[in-house]
Amino acid sequence: MTGEKKKKIIKTIRIDVDKCHGCRACEMICSAFHAKPRYSSSNPARSRIRVIRDPLADIYVPVYAGEYTVAECAGRDKYTINGKEYSECAFCRASCPSRADFKEPDSGLPLKCDMCEGEDEPLCVKWCTVDALVVEEREEEVEEEIEQEELEVGLEELASKYGMNTIMDAISRLSKKD
Amino acid sequence: MRYAETGFNLEIDLTRGNIEKVATDPKDTELYLGGLGTNTKILWDRVPPETDAFSPENLLIFGTGLLCGTAATGCNRTIVSTISPQTKLMAFSMMGGYWAPELKYAGYDKVVLRGKSPDLVYIWINNDKVEIRDASHLKGKGAIETASLLQKELKEPKAQVAAIGLAGENRVFYASIEQGRSSASRGGIGAVMGDKNVKAIVVRGTQDINIADPEKFMDLCYEVNDYIKWRQENPIKGVIPILAILGSPQEMAIHDEQWHTENFSWGNARTRRKGFWTDEVSEEWLETMNKARTRLISCYNCPIACGATISLPGLPTYMMKCFTKLTYTMAAMSNLEFGLTIAQRATEYGVDGYSAPQVMAFALELLENGILSDTDFPDMPEDNEGRHFYLLDKIVRREGIGDVLANGTHWAAKEIGNGAEEYAHNNIKKQEQLPLKLSMLNPIYFLMYCTGEKINITQIEGQFPQAAFPKREQREKFVKDWFQVPDDKFKQYFLDWEPRGENSNPYYPTVDMTCDIVDWQEMMHYIDDALGMCAGLSSFHMKPPYHIHNFPQFITAGAGIEMNEEKLKQAAKRYRTLLRAFNINRGMRRKDEKPPEDHWKKRFPELEKELLDTYYVYKGWNEEGIPTRESLHELGLDYVAEDFISRGILTDEGKSS
Ligand code: SF4
Ligand code: SF4
Ligand code: SF4
Repeated sequence: MTGEKKKKIIKTIRIDVDKCHGCRACEMICSAFHAKPRYSSSNPARSRIRVIRDPLADIYVPVYAGEYTVAECAGRDKYTINGKEYSECAFCRASCPSRADFKEPDSGLPLKCDMCEGEDEPLCVKWCTVDALVVEEREEEVEEEIEQEELEVGLEELASKYGMNTIMDAISRLSKKD
Repeated sequence: MRYAETGFNLEIDLTRGNIEKVATDPKDTELYLGGLGTNTKILWDRVPPETDAFSPENLLIFGTGLLCGTAATGCNRTIVSTISPQTKLMAFSMMGGYWAPELKYAGYDKVVLRGKSPDLVYIWINNDKVEIRDASHLKGKGAIETASLLQKELKEPKAQVAAIGLAGENRVFYASIEQGRSSASRGGIGAVMGDKNVKAIVVRGTQDINIADPEKFMDLCYEVNDYIKWRQENPIKGVIPILAILGSPQEMAIHDEQWHTENFSWGNARTRRKGFWTDEVSEEWLETMNKARTRLISCYNCPIACGATISLPGLPTYMMKCFTKLTYTMAAMSNLEFGLTIAQRATEYGVDGYSAPQVMAFALELLENGILSDTDFPDMPEDNEGRHFYLLDKIVRREGIGDVLANGTHWAAKEIGNGAEEYAHNNIKKQEQLPLKLSMLNPIYFLMYCTGEKINITQIEGQFPQAAFPKREQREKFVKDWFQVPDDKFKQYFLDWEPRGENSNPYYPTVDMTCDIVDWQEMMHYIDDALGMCAGLSSFHMKPPYHIHNFPQFITAGAGIEMNEEKLKQAAKRYRTLLRAFNINRGMRRKDEKPPEDHWKKRFPELEKELLDTYYVYKGWNEEGIPTRESLHELGLDYVAEDFISRGILTDEGKSS
């Protein structure tokens, strides 16, 4: 099933924690950009980037929202770098049951950074005028993979949560109802 | 739907422990905008002139600006308004940081505290859940320490905390409210918070702030952001460093302190130290700052980063901004290392960095001159620095002479007597001022000092250069891209202003020009204070990104209130006049409107009288500084006129009686 070589644009956001001064403009603008209609509201709690701030400890870590995870990690990590102790899970991107970050505040639905699809430049990068966030693009040749269907991904998740047999049972029950 | 604002205030009765979420009247927003404007309206309506600062009937209002929490860069001010124990007039200190946007996201425009809690409490606002909680375990704790403890206790590292330290608890007349990198310091509002037995207000909010016309609003925001970038890359030439670039001001980043250290007066605002800023001093201070400053830090949604985290060996970290960097150093005639060290303790105690150092220098001057004696200072260390730490502790604990000094130089001098009043020489309306003593009267500054009711020069100056530029070519260059002026005549005023000769201070700018200039300066500050805008990006600066031409558009697109320049000017005039009326009811009159006697060496009584007379007329005030019936009517403030008449402050003919 190996496909042809294909060119792909990879976007990387370089995060320089030394340059961050904690203004949270990135959070504000991300929430405004994703408001419906666009820019009709702001609310950093809806943002897909979070600045872990602890000014007295001189900690400033902008973190981007990654994948949703059904279960929290079995163990946790806590980093100390250059004598600064970072809070638990500080660098993790997951929208995870263990914390409120990266979830819609009212519905609890997971949030994920989409690199501001359709915009020339990610909004958080644009608003971070001190260059704590800088976007880089590079082209890479990759082997084309058959994209897994969204439905399949969803099913796999359900299966991992409830077990494949339960899912099959449910499907056959549902199909009989029709 | 309400735009930019939430449309709700949180009313907390501390005596009864009652909490209410109250919808506000959108009409008030149209008339008084928000922040300072609507704070003033509430105080006028609810706090009668007989009310003492420490009466349960006094309100302590934490008001957010109308545009706080929106995408407008640098719009993050909380305006705290109450009766000042020191001036007995309205205090309206502001703080930047993160608190105001957080309160908006929690769903409120203001927190209005009334009554008095029987025990020390803190208030926890978590969206719709609001609680008054026991704070006995926080008694005597530092303001910064309290914030950290509460974030831990509530397991809410993202909550924003406004807290008082020991000075507020002990009702020191110049106690501040501290909030991380920012503080609301002037007028003793921290003492009122302490009197109400509230140690802190903790806020966390996760709700939306809506925008009326998103597309237009974002266009305006981008225009401002682009201009900020350009403005920082193109500093204004020929002015001191902190005025050349935006910021509130950039005291933490800028190292060259020649201007402040050599032009401001040290000790109890007495001694000019010409030639102080030598290469050695400059190097030593640079080293101190580089050692202590961990990072430059910003307020919410602002790229300017004009505050700093300061970590000195063996001391807890704290945050600093602005002129406090110098006030302790200069009052004590010491060095920067001392200044940063004592400021750490002062920040935890929560005292105003303008007043506190001056009160200490005043006390030592009284001792030197035999008005106070050694017995008033038992066990005071011999060394200069040690004495200042000693005094700070005594004041904040209200121990011995500290109890007297805790009321500020004006009241302390009265109590001490024996000629002490001569030494409380740097006050306006009973409040300590910047330690600045100059030679030639500047008519613009004269009027600002007299009539600025925030009683702090930095909160009224701005827009117009502080001094004439030496060469005409420089002036021509300056006015070229000066689009912020409300009217082109201001360019001409400046072009013709010479450092020497006929067109120089004190007779130029002329009286009429001076009125125009001061009115513009004041108006921009009042607009900032209603919208929640930082003066460091706006009114304090020359050629700022926000100005009278784009503010109306911001309000229209943001709050959905049809606004234009005329309407905005009128609104600013309305709440500015209401504020004056409030203070008039509390006894303020022309006699109170004067700069310190020794502020300038060369004074011009006739000119000064003409300036004040003309400006009063210009503002629609009578010869006592009382707003006239006609001007009140024009502003829709007939209810003020009626009140004045019923109190006999104005007669039916509109004269003061
Ligand atoms: S916008 Fe930049 S500086 Fe501001 S918090 Fe985000 S990453 Fe930090
Ligand atoms: S790239 Fe876009 S979606 Fe992702 S965090 Fe930044 S602003 Fe939000
Ligand atoms: S200019 Fe300075 S004080 Fe003003 S909002 Fe920005 S960081 Fe805060």
